[in-house]
Amino acid sequence: MSGYPDSMLASIAEVERSRATRLGETFPKLPQADADALLQRHHPDYRPEGKRPISIGPNRDDRAPVELVDLLEARPRIAAGDVDLTVVDRDVGVLILGGGGAATVAALWAVEEGLAPEELLIATKLRHGDSNSMMAQGGIQAAVSPTDSPSQHFLDAFGGGHFTNKPELVRALVEDAPGILRWHESLGVLYDRDASGEMLRKHGGGTSRMRMHSAKDYTGMELMRVLRDEARNIGIPVLEFVSAVELLIDADGRVAGAVLVDVETERYTVVRARATVLATGGFGRLHIQGFATTNHYGATADGLVIAYRAGARLRDMDSVQYHPTGAAYPEQLVGQLITEKVRAMGAQPLNRHGEQFVYPLEPRDVEAAAFIRECYEREKHIETLTGFRGVWLDTPMIETIHGKGAIEQNLAAMYRMFTRFGIDMTTQPILVFPTLHYQNGGVEIDPHGRTSVPGLYAAGEVSGGIHGKNRLMGNSLLDYNVFGRRAGRAAAREVLDGACPRGDLSLDHAYRFAAELQRAGIDGNGVSPMLLPDYRGKEALSRRLDIF
Amino acid sequence: MEMPERADIGEAPVRIHVLGRAVEVPFGLTIMKAMEYAGFRLVRGVGCRGGFCGACSTLYRRAGDYKLRPALACQATVEDGMFLAGLPFVPANRGAYDLESIEWDGVPDGRKTLLPAHYPELARCVACNTCTKACPQELAVMDYIQLALRDDLEGVARESFDCLQCGLCAVRCPADIPHYHVAQLARRVHGRYAVAPSPQLSARVAEIEAGEHHGEMDRLIGLGVPELTALYAQREIEEVAA
Repeated sequence: MSGYPDSMLASIAEVERSRATRLGETFPKLPQADADALLQRHHPDYRPEGKRPISIGPNRDDRAPVELVDLLEARPRIAAGDVDLTVVDRDVGVLILGGGGAATVAALWAVEEGLAPEELLIATKLRHGDSNSMMAQGGIQAAVSPTDSPSQHFLDAFGGGHFTNKPELVRALVEDAPGILRWHESLGVLYDRDASGEMLRKHGGGTSRMRMHSAKDYTGMELMRVLRDEARNIGIPVLEFVSAVELLIDADGRVAGAVLVDVETERYTVVRARATVLATGGFGRLHIQGFATTNHYGATADGLVIAYRAGARLRDMDSVQYHPTGAAYPEQLVGQLITEKVRAMGAQPLNRHGEQFVYPLEPRDVEAAAFIRECYEREKHIETLTGFRGVWLDTPMIETIHGKGAIEQNLAAMYRMFTRFGIDMTTQPILVFPTLHYQNGGVEIDPHGRTSVPGLYAAGEVSGGIHGKNRLMGNSLLDYNVFGRRAGRAAAREVLDGACPRGDLSLDHAYRFAAELQRAGIDGNGVSPMLLPDYRGKEALSRRLDIF
Repeated sequence: MEMPERADIGEAPVRIHVLGRAVEVPFGLTIMKAMEYAGFRLVRGVGCRGGFCGACSTLYRRAGDYKLRPALACQATVEDGMFLAGLPFVPANRGAYDLESIEWDGVPDGRKTLLPAHYPELARCVACNTCTKACPQELAVMDYIQLALRDDLEGVARESFDCLQCGLCAVRCPADIPHYHVAQLARRVHGRYAVAPSPQLSARVAEIEAGEHHGEMDRLIGLGVPELTALYAQREIEEVAA
């Protein structure tokens, strides 16, 4: 593969010409009023046509992305009589739905709390570990240094969430953070360290102290592979390629397990559980407003759908995080994450003429809106051969500032990714455009991971309230550890204290939901949960650009 | 904001062979997207789609060549005449262990061995370098296996760090060594026993356990949004050390 076409090389020449001057200049941070106006005009969340009110259920009349509302207002996959609920295939203590970071941490801490590993069951629709947790690059926040404190971390996370977070959840997040890193040390996680043995710390967008701890740009992968290795060592049972399609409710109205479907054989399994933890991740693969996404293949909002039918309250579903820097070239990489660390290390965003147009480390929503304005209002974008628009990130500046080799050392995954397609980011800039990154809201939880439905816990990206309307970099790896641990312990404690399903298992809640949809005249949204996206045939072509 | 129209493929199609079946796909797709274009709905052999999870390990051969080459289907572009097979699962040997009670004297070439004791098949390495050639991350796999034979955990940890655990090394190895499992064991034991815990972290955890930060947190939680907004606006941003 041969790197950039001639049409883009002309703009790169302009970038190179302005580089020496720009090294000493940074575009100023926007005053709050200007930032607000920019968001109003150009951030996708502020486009009214992107959302509609939910018609029925606990969040009736709340607005959410239309792609999600379509799934919430679809029919259940199983109809009455499809599954014999009197035949219980598996009877477990804690059923954990999902197989990423939150699920694995919940399992490990349920065992710490006193449950035997064989009393647990992890059920996940891909492989154990396939998740957004695996893909996180930048780092994990924790207030460790003497210049920092949990309350400072609280202020950053709460302000970053536009003061809409649940304060008691933010408190849990920041107070548990140092203990989580200590736990990781004891599991053998290899964080980046300086010569004295202290962990390296960096800023992220919206942090007032340097508290981003990293493992090169493979932070998520290093954490996930260690946690999974430990789960394997202690023998936690895992069902792979098996997805939840509906929660089960007992005679007391408590969640009492789930109906699972094998995504290869399409056979159903009835699992009765004394407590259930929802750790099914986010919704990036819904491609909200046609955006490309950084998310893994299974991020299809399944957990939101089945929990909502069971009566769980959602919150902050109206806000979606678009990461400012998704790859925009080459086509094969469109939508994939370019970590914030690239800007944190000095790479400036530039337009076609090699000019700065925004402060490099605005909060993610403001930065993304500025990129969209540059491409679609001012039209000072760079266009690829297939018509995709983007702006430059001037990565060669990183080597000028930090010395030769800094990119390969600190951004190994990025460097490898672009080199595979003939682009050397140490000498040439890379093209970026915002990409759908994170579900800020989700199933509302309390500090023990409890949802509004008895017997149902939630942790990780599926949960809501921790980040309010905007999550800061480095708080999602932290979130799944803190609340995976809290939910796993609380669920195990409930089981150890004798919680047990009573009477027959039932799917009546799902059928009632379907009947209510019918009464409201809603039809034609097909069935949900989605389980996996379908990119076959022509769909693969639009996915080539990752736009509909 | 307007999104561009669907891409017009325009260029000559590429002919590839998926598990022996010939299909024509547009130029420029990744192997993964080409398979989807050809009508496969992927369940196995697909994961993060971003080069971080190792689910889409693929071996391929170019027309007219004898060599089998490695790829991640989400990170490699189709080439005309490519013959390919996904390898979504590797049945390699992995031994369970207890990190807390593991026996090792901590010295390379010391009396108690760690890696060769857990994976005696390491001794079967014939230094053929096939593992290194099979690595889609282009890691020096054989080099870290040689370090593993000497129980140089730090070296193994360093050389294997970017491993996605896709398993292609183990599939191709004539000695049946499960390289990626050896490396995981080495990294964890190194991280647990050879890397000293961060003193600042230990101190902070102790402070929190002693309740030293509770008062300040109680005070913040008790404030209203207007006071917190003011405090947020007044934050001093820590300077990046040169």
